[in-house]
Amino acid sequence: MTVDSYTALAKHFAAIVAETTTPTGAAAPAPFLETLPADVLNWVVNFLPDDAHWLRWFLTSIVAIVAILTVFGLTFAFLTVTERKLLGRFQNRYGPNRVRIFGVRVFGFFQPFADAVKALTKEDIVPTAADKVLHLAAPAATVAFSLLGFAVLPYGRHLTALAGMDAALLYFFAAGAASELAIFMAGWSSLNKYSLIAAMRALAQLISYELPLLLVAVPAVMVAGTLSLSGIVEAQGGWLGGVVPHWNIFTPWGFAGAIIFYIAALAECNRCPFDLPEGESEIIAGYLTEYSGFKYALFFMGEYFGMAALSGLGVALFLGGWQAPCEFLQFVPSYVWFYVKLVVVILSFMWMRATLLRLRMDQLMRLAWKCLVPLALVNLATVVFWERTAGWDGPALQAVRWLAALALVVVPFVLLGKTLSAGFGPRKYRYA
Amino acid sequence: MLGTGILKGLYVTAKNLAGSYHDPERLTTIQYPEETAHIPENYRNYPFLVFDGAEAVAGLRCTACKMCEKECPPQCIYIVGERDPATKKMRPKVFDLDISVCMGCGICVEVCPFESIKMDQHFEVAATERFEELLLHREQLAKPDSYYHKIHPTEAAVSDGVLAAEKRKAEERAAKAAAAAAAKAATPPVPPTTASGEPVSA
Repeated sequence: MTVDSYTALAKHFAAIVAETTTPTGAAAPAPFLETLPADVLNWVVNFLPDDAHWLRWFLTSIVAIVAILTVFGLTFAFLTVTERKLLGRFQNRYGPNRVRIFGVRVFGFFQPFADAVKALTKEDIVPTAADKVLHLAAPAATVAFSLLGFAVLPYGRHLTALAGMDAALLYFFAAGAASELAIFMAGWSSLNKYSLIAAMRALAQLISYELPLLLVAVPAVMVAGTLSLSGIVEAQGGWLGGVVPHWNIFTPWGFAGAIIFYIAALAECNRCPFDLPEGESEIIAGYLTEYSGFKYALFFMGEYFGMAALSGLGVALFLGGWQAPCEFLQFVPSYVWFYVKLVVVILSFMWMRATLLRLRMDQLMRLAWKCLVPLALVNLATVVFWERTAGWDGPALQAVRWLAALALVVVPFVLLGKTLSAGFGPRKYRYA
Repeated sequence: MLGTGILKGLYVTAKNLAGSYHDPERLTTIQYPEETAHIPENYRNYPFLVFDGAEAVAGLRCTACKMCEKECPPQCIYIVGERDPATKKMRPKVFDLDISVCMGCGICVEVCPFESIKMDQHFEVAATERFEELLLHREQLAKPDSYYHKIHPTEAAVSDGVLAAEKRKAEERAAKAAAAAAAKAATPPVPPTTASGEPVSA
């Protein structure tokens, strides 16, 4: 490498640092809280000399990683106990409420700390016949791959770890697909038939549901004209009359896309009603059968990280990312809005888990290939129509546009639903 | 339409979620150490010894007859009797009950002629040691009659009736004996008679 190429590299790093640390596009003087994270980052990075580009880039990355790990690590910890408490309430139980630290009992919200101590002190059992290296690598890989997606999520107006990434969406799906590898690693290395069956199921399920997930992400890209998640969120800015936001979910194609995305995301996270890979009642604990203690906890962690990342993507694609729901609510920092939306989506996942039963393998596949994929394809046509007619003026034409788009969403759904559920109607009970 | 069933289900669970906060009746969980479940009157686990009066060991009804020890199917009762030097009555010097062996059949209660051994309802018997701590001695087994009335009111009333009847019978017997003794003392000693019934002439 020549001196020139070194300086070019240094300039490149400097550009990245500048992009991530300096607020851009703030027309009005940004409020203090809005720029606080970026200010803190600047303050930390400015301890280094100005020309140490490489070091500055390195420190920026470290700060971003630490921030993401802290926030989402704590979110994971409290989501586990929230989930258990909510599931309890959904079933008219109390849920965990006993753990106390120094006599303080905050409704049992210290449960994750007790769980962590328990997981850390449990015996780590590795089957004699297991592939020990893969057996150890699988939980670490699960967490690592599920963390990758966080790099490109736009947490706030000036808060994206990899702000310069143009192909953020592509990167996200590529990183998400890697978690399938980790699951298969776990299933294969355990040398246990239940683990292997579960890993195969998981692989089939994840690959099947990746398709609708990708297909419904495409319309958002088409409308925004960029693969960058920050760009997609910015394209959803603005309010109708200051109250109704221009989020994608408030358009016909966005509404259908959000529902398909939601279902596919549930399946991608291996969550109820798509938790076949871990079906306790059929295949013990699936690919987790041979895992105990901290490795098991790591799988759990990876699952929750994956769930948070996918929910974050859904928020960015359909729920307007960090945009405030109403114009006058803009005084709340943008990252708060993102976090609130994220938590709401995750809580709705828990609601689903409390309500629905686990599908059978064939039902799972039928839902993906016969229902979600065709609807997602039709949705592509809808968004093309929506974009082609964007220039239609006047209330009459707008009404026609809305009605036509709605028809494009509703009619295929009703027809497909009728066809698919034919013969599965209310069952008559015959005495055995 | 496809999906309406899911919405109905979501409504049901949402109702549970909201209801569990404003209507405590929905929550069926009993938060154990703070509140305990209602124990039915006929619940029993292992026996205890009833005592009358204020002093536990001195007031035991048990007379160390060893009926329960002999009848006990798993042989978890061990009794050594002694005679009270003051009242000349039998009482248990040792009364041991191994609750790790006891199966709670209640046969000891059925055979006890003195309404002395009854079934307990005490269930918090966790111990840190397997042998000595699960072997209860007469001091631990002795519980007042009022406790018996508290845990098995109906059965205790019947038991009181039996005891009262026995007491009355004993009193009648004592009275009869006393009357007989008094009559014996009042009438002069019957003069000796001959075989034919005529008084023997002096």
